[in-house]
Amino acid sequence: MKLKPTHIFEKDISNCGLTGFISTSGKLVGGEVIMKSIALMHDRGNGLGGGFAAYGIYPQFKEFNALHLMYESGMSIQLTEEYLEQNFIIEHHEDIPTRRIPAIKNPPVFRRYFVKLRETDEYLEAVNFQNMTEQDVVVGHVMRINNEIEGAFVVSSGKNMGAFKGVGYPEDIADFFNLEQYSGFLWTAHNRFPTNTPGWWGGAHPFTLLDWSIVHNGEISSYGINKRYLEMYGYLCTMLTDTEVVAYMLDLLIRKHGLSPELACMALASPFWDKIDTMPADEREILTAIRQVYGSGLLNGPFAILFGSNEGLIGLNDRVKLRPLVCAEKDDFVYMASEEAAIREICPAPDKIWSPRGGEPVIARLKQGVA
Amino acid sequence: MKINASGMHYRDLNKSIRDAVSAGAEAIQLDHVNGQYFIGDGINRPVTITINGVPGNDLAAFMNGATIIVNDNAQDNIGNTMNAGKVVVHGHAGDVLGYGMRGGRLHIKKDVGYRVGIHMKSYNENRPVLIAGGKAGDFFGEYMAGGILILLDMMSDNPDKPKHGYSLGTGMHGGTIFIRGEVDESRLSKEVGVFELTNDDTAALEEYLKEYCKDFGLKLKDVMKEKFVKILPKSKRPYGNMYCAMPR
Repeated sequence: MKLKPTHIFEKDISNCGLTGFISTSGKLVGGEVIMKSIALMHDRGNGLGGGFAAYGIYPQFKEFNALHLMYESGMSIQLTEEYLEQNFIIEHHEDIPTRRIPAIKNPPVFRRYFVKLRETDEYLEAVNFQNMTEQDVVVGHVMRINNEIEGAFVVSSGKNMGAFKGVGYPEDIADFFNLEQYSGFLWTAHNRFPTNTPGWWGGAHPFTLLDWSIVHNGEISSYGINKRYLEMYGYLCTMLTDTEVVAYMLDLLIRKHGLSPELACMALASPFWDKIDTMPADEREILTAIRQVYGSGLLNGPFAILFGSNEGLIGLNDRVKLRPLVCAEKDDFVYMASEEAAIREICPAPDKIWSPRGGEPVIARLKQGVA
Repeated sequence: MKINASGMHYRDLNKSIRDAVSAGAEAIQLDHVNGQYFIGDGINRPVTITINGVPGNDLAAFMNGATIIVNDNAQDNIGNTMNAGKVVVHGHAGDVLGYGMRGGRLHIKKDVGYRVGIHMKSYNENRPVLIAGGKAGDFFGEYMAGGILILLDMMSDNPDKPKHGYSLGTGMHGGTIFIRGEVDESRLSKEVGVFELTNDDTAALEEYLKEYCKDFGLKLKDVMKEKFVKILPKSKRPYGNMYCAMPR
């Protein structure tokens, strides 16, 4: 009997790619640069997801939350806009400019709204009697739109930043959203190769909440534990993919619980107990406390993530480095990517280039008062 | 023969290389390489490929007798299941180098990443040698079954980092690791022990290092100035009793 091959054996690279950089002095860089970097890693994805996060792109509206909305139906637009009108003062709104290209199939509708909270009864109740901050109220609205309005999804909700993502290769997504027309001091990008969850427009990276954005290569095996833990604090996971929990976890740890980014990274990628046992007493005490309090926040499984905010850029690996991450510095720029070549494509001669160790966060902060 | 690889997709580049090799090229120079995968994979002839730029992942996989010289840094997964030949990297390299390598040489000038030398093996005269001149990440020599791994910690760009990572030699059950200077015993796996070199070891080590020194313009006596230690597995079957006691 002659056996037929079960599949085509010609191998295609499959592993997701990520890249990002920050000018720590707040220099603005056009979107074509990050596009060039992620496009070099074209073969790490399979066309089922590409996306970008950009910071510093809306200086004229920097006091307003920039809500990027994705709509799958006309009804969802109507319901969402009514909801926004009730709860926000909308300074400005418009379609997000897109370019129709053959590589992008069936795009949903994208609109953006620059908003401030309206002082509704509900708002006053939340702020005056429920001890909520304005940001908590915004988070509540984001969760409600994602969860309750069929076909409407908040792609990003921070200030002076935005996420652009969808189904396609990242360079096509960049083309679709005219990214070369934006300038930011911090950019991240993702090329997706979905493994466990569907490749749909909302499932592309980055995942965001307020100013936070996450791009991720790997898989969060602890998704179930993390998701249930986050639900206790009112975070609802609606994007059908593991990476979403990382964005909400960092919002909880850093914004709500006041942990420093360093401590938050220790909670996500805590050292193993046997390593903690060998540490000096004060470190041992801190890490023991972190692991005890945030056991349900620990990310298990292989990952490399880039975490952007208006404060800076952070790169982090899982504890045993099961996904690649390379970092580089050149003058006031810090670069992080899955492959050195993706950095060298846009920064041919860095001052320094290195691979961080597993669980060792690389933190590049924006200098105070520059953006 | 020269190929300008600027902006070239890896398939096109590798096809040009294979065509040149089958046409009998002795030396191929690749300029402006940046990130192209699979260079030199499965090349079966003693050709010399010089790479200017950063080659992509899976360099020299299944390579059998060719020589690759990288005049820059290199990325992950070099020399996967390599059978014979040599790769010289004049910079640092990434994770999972020499995976299942069973012959030939991998000479890295500076630091190497995680899981270097994972599951290297040897059989009779086929003995792979992997030498890193800088520091190494965790799981150096993981599941190593044969061959030679050498770590020098002489030419790192990260002098403040420890010489080697945690879990060195996890699951190691064959082969030899030589480390220049001290090892941090708290970072060794339970499956390995540290030993002094015998005279035969020193002679063998010098033999391995001679070619490495020639590649990077080093003096053997400078490398040998410091004492080396040898790391060997304690057992050929470290996990034999993991789930139940094995019959003796």
